[in-house]
Amino acid sequence: MMNRKATRYLAATLTTAILLTGCSGPWNNPHQESSVNQNQTVYYTNFQLPPQHFDPAISYSTDESMLIDQIYEPPLGYHFLKRPYELEPLAAESMPDVRYLNTNREEIPSDSPDVTFSKYTITLKEGIDYQPHPAFVKNSEGGYVYLFTDESETANYRTLSDFGQTATRGLDADDFLYQIKRIADPHNKAPLIGFLAQYIDGMSELTAELKTVERDGWLDLREFKMRGLERIDERTFSITIKGIYPQFSYWLAMHFFAPIPWEADRFYNNPGFKDNNLTLDWYPVGTGAYMMTRNDPNREIILERNPNFRDDFYPTEGAPGDKEAGLLADAGAKVPFIDKAIYSLDKEVLPMWTKFLQGYYDRSGENHGNVTQNFDQALTIGPEGVELTAEMQGREITLSQDVKPAVYYMGFNMLDDVVGGYSTEKQKLRQAISIAWNSEEYIEIFRNGSAIPFMGPIPPGIEGSLKGEAGINTYTHDWKNGKAVRKSIEYAKQLLTEAGYPNGRDAKTGKPLKLYLDVQAQATSKSLEDWQKRQLKKLGIELELRATDWNRYKEKMSTGNHQMFSYGWLADYPDPENFLFLLYGPQSPVACQCDGNNNANYDNPDYNKLYKQMKTMQPGLERNQLIAEMLDQVRADVPWFTGEYPKEYYLNNQWVSNTKRHGISKATLKYLKIDSEVRKQKQAEWNQPNLVPLVAGMSIFVALFVPAIRAYRRRQKLVINTDK
Amino acid sequence: MLAYIIRRLIYAIPILMGVNLITFLLFFVVNTPDDMARAQLGDKYVTGEAIELWKETNGYHQPLFFNDKEEGLTALTETIFFNKSISLFTFDFGQSESGRDITSDVSQRVWPSVMFALPTLLIGLWVNICIALLVVMFRNTGLEKAFVISFVGLMSVSYLFYIIGGQYLVTRLWNLVPVSGFQTGLDSFRFLVLPVAIGVIAGTGAGARLYRTLFLEEADQDYARTARAKGVSEVTVLFRHILPNAMIPILTNIVIVIPMLFMGSLVMESFFGIPGLGSYMIDALKSQDFAIVRTMVFIGSVLYIIGLIATDISYTLVDPRVRLN
Repeated sequence: MMNRKATRYLAATLTTAILLTGCSGPWNNPHQESSVNQNQTVYYTNFQLPPQHFDPAISYSTDESMLIDQIYEPPLGYHFLKRPYELEPLAAESMPDVRYLNTNREEIPSDSPDVTFSKYTITLKEGIDYQPHPAFVKNSEGGYVYLFTDESETANYRTLSDFGQTATRGLDADDFLYQIKRIADPHNKAPLIGFLAQYIDGMSELTAELKTVERDGWLDLREFKMRGLERIDERTFSITIKGIYPQFSYWLAMHFFAPIPWEADRFYNNPGFKDNNLTLDWYPVGTGAYMMTRNDPNREIILERNPNFRDDFYPTEGAPGDKEAGLLADAGAKVPFIDKAIYSLDKEVLPMWTKFLQGYYDRSGENHGNVTQNFDQALTIGPEGVELTAEMQGREITLSQDVKPAVYYMGFNMLDDVVGGYSTEKQKLRQAISIAWNSEEYIEIFRNGSAIPFMGPIPPGIEGSLKGEAGINTYTHDWKNGKAVRKSIEYAKQLLTEAGYPNGRDAKTGKPLKLYLDVQAQATSKSLEDWQKRQLKKLGIELELRATDWNRYKEKMSTGNHQMFSYGWLADYPDPENFLFLLYGPQSPVACQCDGNNNANYDNPDYNKLYKQMKTMQPGLERNQLIAEMLDQVRADVPWFTGEYPKEYYLNNQWVSNTKRHGISKATLKYLKIDSEVRKQKQAEWNQPNLVPLVAGMSIFVALFVPAIRAYRRRQKLVINTDK
Repeated sequence: MLAYIIRRLIYAIPILMGVNLITFLLFFVVNTPDDMARAQLGDKYVTGEAIELWKETNGYHQPLFFNDKEEGLTALTETIFFNKSISLFTFDFGQSESGRDITSDVSQRVWPSVMFALPTLLIGLWVNICIALLVVMFRNTGLEKAFVISFVGLMSVSYLFYIIGGQYLVTRLWNLVPVSGFQTGLDSFRFLVLPVAIGVIAGTGAGARLYRTLFLEEADQDYARTARAKGVSEVTVLFRHILPNAMIPILTNIVIVIPMLFMGSLVMESFFGIPGLGSYMIDALKSQDFAIVRTMVFIGSVLYIIGLIATDISYTLVDPRVRLN
């Protein structure tokens, strides 16, 4: 009886499953195909961490940029294909017109010693409109429809789709200025408020003024003047910055400088909206190729083609090799190619990777670790470096790789009594350690060859980083047979002896030299620690590791309570200045008593002087010479003794094209192309359900139950018979 | 009974205050308000001024427990501890450090957690009881030994192994259900069937073994022997006589967990992409969002207390001898 019941339940469950899934293709399809218009081209991908901010004044994380950089358009952007990375106009019609001013704000030549300000004048492209949004909807009398005075009127509005109407308006130069004032407004808690105030004229004064303003609901920032901002006409505006800062152009390519219409700011300040999570921080309003139509960070975020997007076209030029790689096949075609992008939340690597192999995610590698954590299955080290495994090649998966504009480094605290200081002996001690610490071996063992060994603070692909023999660190490597070869341990030992530590012992006291390396507890392992100790053991030096959590680690850095450490830097913009400033003396947290980024506390007056000079120079030969001098200085002083430049990978399913990793810009979705038909066909082919194990399992279950029931019945009868 | 419940609720207040104090102490031993500001603002280019501004606008500019710049009672009330705690006790959870309304987030995320946890609990309970009774039926036989060995085997395997193994076999090799994700409505079945099945299987070893022990104690009691002597079938003896009499310890285990179902499962939600409260808590810890952490701990404590009271009440329902005085 129970047996039949159980079988019936199982049959019903299976039938329900088949009914529910059978109609939408493969059973394991995680996407709701019914919600997608069959004529639309959809891109499926994932995000790993729920985004916290979409307000361009606040958002400052790569995961968030992956989404909002498709929505917001700052004045400048990056060329999709060209390498080295190249700036190009985005919302702007042309590159900014830069003029230099003296203290009286009169124009003077750029090489004049009296330059006090730089004025950036930006002219916008014609015909740019915002995405459809309820903030712009007006009634017949010209008043805004969705403006409320009381929370009771807004209780039913919970998402943007609850608003029946949408409208648009043209982009105005004032929208850019409004956004800069939003950054200055302390109420918005913009992370760059302090940094940008050092440069943009009048920003700190506006911040001080806004601090004292009484607020009751929306504050119209148009009523507040900021000295460095000027609206020239509806398509032209200017920003005045203090001194000369050529890197400011790169900042103009970041979403912090994207336009925000005042109507949107006012709309989201309606009473009660914040309690329903209706904020600009949650629902962006932009002029870019896409607009956010669903924001459920706990499940999925959907971007759809902005129907009001301006005419924009695929690049007609690229880097060498791009044409052969098929990256110029769509040259001059109108973008975007994709109608909808669906980002699903997936936190763990295994489901992400499985979905990619099943064809439910189009690419792998947009998120941290998705490819590198499945390295053995995805990639192999071939004679020409990293290449796809046979399994991946069999699936016609393609690989896009790039060296990240980043450096992961290990350094010394230059204020430390033992390893710090600038004497020749101290230099030699650090050089010896730098030679012994075999970064090539580390990359081979711990990074699967997915990085380039450290030669200096500037990663490859950034101006100032030279290729071949000219680019090697001559204090640690020699150039032999066309490649860089690490200097011998014998030479390192000799340096150590000259430094006063023969065989790793203090020549004066005879005590063994013991050094301390601070590490983040989550970023280390037993095997890594053993390997690290072995590196210094080669010189007879003892190494002790001190693992702490991230907060304590940061505290040690800011107080200078460390001897050796590891850190990393991901460039905000592709300029050597963005790396060389990490060793600029006044950036030392101990010296400035601030959150400076010079964790080595390196403070060489010669280097500092060169840095100050280089920072204000335009790119060119003269600047490159200064950079070479700075690199040589750093290599001799060795504040950083080892490191690597990480590589990044995209794996693309065979139906994805126009995919090239861009180390800086995330605004590349508009160039991506998907062949939906091939995808559908492959998904069906790769995901045929296999019912055999299920049926076999059920059969075993039933087979086990039958003897059990028989045994029970026999036992029952036995009891009855005994009673008789 | 009402007086008993009221008394228990009054006792709950100091417990909640203690939990809140411990949460506060533990959090701020590891994180300072400056660390929280950096976690929200990012590590790059953040100036001391920006950190101070963040602390001021988020209410972390005051001292933690004692404000020596104030006098009298305000020295205690003008502190982070007092201001952050008082709103909790009025069930005003406010906003997360990133500016989201916590009540709205919790009310959205609680349902996926329940959709996963409730069937796991109920099916798991049913399966464990059935298996335990089956084992008791065949007590002192080779089958019982085989089952006990299997239970120990099931208990010995890591929960993660069930998840990874289940995902690999069912979703990747057999292509039967999606590997992760979540949808509402009927479609949720496809996404929940595997995590629920894994939850049930992973809990079977410990659950069935415990229930077997409970049932064995009852199996040879006089009432059970009398029922058998009267010719009642073994199945009826097990389900009608032994099961109700073993309900008190089972209820102790179950009723106390029911309110906690709302809190979600940290690991399962993360691996299966279930947007519940478990993953909400993990995300908050990662981003050092104290507002969410303290709210979740507070809600968890309240639910635990409700669970304990509900357990006591349930005793009176299954055992008429129990009186709540």
